[in-house]
Amino acid sequence: MNHNKNNNAKKNLMTGSKIIIESLINEGVDTIFGYPGGAVLNIYDELLNYKDKINHVLVRHEQGAAHAADGYARASGKVGVVLVTSGPGATNTITGIATANMDSVPMVIITGQVPTNLIGNDAFQEADTVGITRPCTKHNYLVKDIKDLARTIKEAFYIASTGRPGPVLIDIPKDITSSVYEFDYPETVQLHGYNPTYFGHHVQIAKLASEILKAKKPLLYIGGGVISSNASSELLELAELLDLPITSTLMGLGGFPSCHPLFFGMLGMHGTYASNMAISNADFIVAVGARFDDRVTGKVEEFGKNAKFAHIDIDPSSIGKNVKIEIPVVGDVKSVLSSLLEVLNGRNEEISAAKYERLGWLEEINAWKYEHPLTYRMNDVIKPQYVIEKIYELTGGDAIIATEVGQSQMWTAQFYKFKNPRTLLTSGGLGTMGFGFPAAIGAQMAHPDKVVFDIAGDGSIQMNIQELATAVQYNLPVKIAIINNSFLGMIRQWQELFYHKRYSFSEMNVNPDFVKLAEAYGAVGLRAKDPDDVVPVIEKALSIKKPVIMDFIVDREESVYPMVAPGSPITGMLLV
Amino acid sequence: MEKTHILSITVENESGVLTRVAGLFSARGFNIDSICVAKTLEKNESKMIIATSGDAQILEQIVKQLNRLINVIKVQEFTDDDSVLRQTVLVKVNADETTKGDIFRIKEIFNGRIIDVSRNHYTLEVTGSEKKIDSLIDILRPLGIKDIVKTGIIALASAKKII
Repeated sequence: MNHNKNNNAKKNLMTGSKIIIESLINEGVDTIFGYPGGAVLNIYDELLNYKDKINHVLVRHEQGAAHAADGYARASGKVGVVLVTSGPGATNTITGIATANMDSVPMVIITGQVPTNLIGNDAFQEADTVGITRPCTKHNYLVKDIKDLARTIKEAFYIASTGRPGPVLIDIPKDITSSVYEFDYPETVQLHGYNPTYFGHHVQIAKLASEILKAKKPLLYIGGGVISSNASSELLELAELLDLPITSTLMGLGGFPSCHPLFFGMLGMHGTYASNMAISNADFIVAVGARFDDRVTGKVEEFGKNAKFAHIDIDPSSIGKNVKIEIPVVGDVKSVLSSLLEVLNGRNEEISAAKYERLGWLEEINAWKYEHPLTYRMNDVIKPQYVIEKIYELTGGDAIIATEVGQSQMWTAQFYKFKNPRTLLTSGGLGTMGFGFPAAIGAQMAHPDKVVFDIAGDGSIQMNIQELATAVQYNLPVKIAIINNSFLGMIRQWQELFYHKRYSFSEMNVNPDFVKLAEAYGAVGLRAKDPDDVVPVIEKALSIKKPVIMDFIVDREESVYPMVAPGSPITGMLLV
Repeated sequence: MEKTHILSITVENESGVLTRVAGLFSARGFNIDSICVAKTLEKNESKMIIATSGDAQILEQIVKQLNRLINVIKVQEFTDDDSVLRQTVLVKVNADETTKGDIFRIKEIFNGRIIDVSRNHYTLEVTGSEKKIDSLIDILRPLGIKDIVKTGIIALASAKKII
């Protein structure tokens, strides 16, 4: 027996580097985003042996790697993987990790570390990566012993992809990657302190079902949890079964078809009039995988002030954090919605009665919708909203849209009618400028045949423009639409509204010629200066199988409306 | 209402776990009034006793956030009614011929011990509830407290609760 075991052990001896890559393959990883450096040279050397199994995308800045892996994860539902070196390699990923953490995106980040005997020695390219990333990861590890390497990778993928997903970082000292140990990839994990609740409690679900039937003015307020738990079809079934009107957070967009008659658009600071009025007049609000962010609630004491709340969320700490919840249901959104549908099954009389009772409520919300729809005024310059509308029309709503942050992001949320989950990739929580373009690269890697856009501002595109070289190198035909107003538009808008038009450092006095810039990188640059140019430019971009920058020179002082001033009740909307 | 709460947190005994817990408190703006950490009898387990303050909603958030930490195995909340809470203090007080007798009597009343003696100082060790320690300090203060050190509170569910 012992003899056999020893033989097996010998058969599976591997370097740490090989163990890392074999573990990734065990996790089904075929794409990673990275940038080599001293501490990960062993891993990179081994990676060359796996060219047929693992696609490594060489970015131009480690932040780009983190956002690209994030975009890949959001678009595919798989875990995004990053490989970077110690010190600056690791610190450059921080913004990307924090972005994924705020938006609950599953990622595994492997960082090199100086050899174990140099840790704490202020060695070259040393940083306390585990210390720095502790507050912005779901969990992190420093592997001090090669015996723990495979188990740690197994745990990292498990933690990243289960429960409320999030980024997990593994810091691996260089000597671990060169030492040798038996490779035996564990099949299960043993984590005493980690046991997410998937199934909702039946008593709570029964309570929720009867309240939802009883409510005269019910409303579903959906968030990113619908998308991360792949619950769109259950949600659609529930909404149609009971005629439940729906409003969504930024992160929830795509979780329910935007053109559906029960959908009333985004709520919150730049939400639709109908949604914000509906929240304030509803008598029963079911939050589904949403977390009552301040940009959603406005003045939190007034949020849903006439309503009872139910909240379905896999993360108990999200429930009751900002708003008092009468019916908390801890569990996976998809599983809870399926159970809810089961409980409602066969209660046809109650359901018809409930539907009949709430006809007036739906009429009321529709009246708000027609009273103040999302709109803008056309004139002889290009309106940013018009550009988004045309992108929507010309892609049939089937594109994957990544966004940067600010006005262009909000107009995208308002004017692109998302049909499917995982088609809007946007930094909702952290609000990271520079996210969209590398995220689009990641999404294009996950979906080579889909049309992928980054809708950007002239400010945010410059935060990770270097990734244009990555897109060109891997022939990723990402379409960048720059809504170019030569301003940090959202900053300008706040300065206009709240600082008496004192435009302090929000004007981009000098911008590059984006068309020439695209050409310099070997991409294609197009420009639209006139409203009539918009459609031809988008059509041309769609016909080119290369990365394209479209530079839309838009109305410089257009603002995003409706707008609720921060801290005000969300019914206090400034309208167009 | 702001209230003191005692949390007993069972954690995996891994490097960095104290930082994770302490970092959570500071990042989310919660207070740590005192903290005690030591290994339990279980292999790879430690117990932290943290005294914190806040209203009921803050406490609920603290407990939920602690439970999110992968290395946290269990969180229990203790109150005066359902647990025994203890703290130990070492106090070095000025002692001369006129006060030595007082110090001895105080030591007796508080069921403490004199653990170090010099010509001008006695060091007392007393264990008890926070209230008892506070009143000890009040009584000793007029004598002149030269130095003082307190442990954080430790707590255990009382037998009553277990039954």
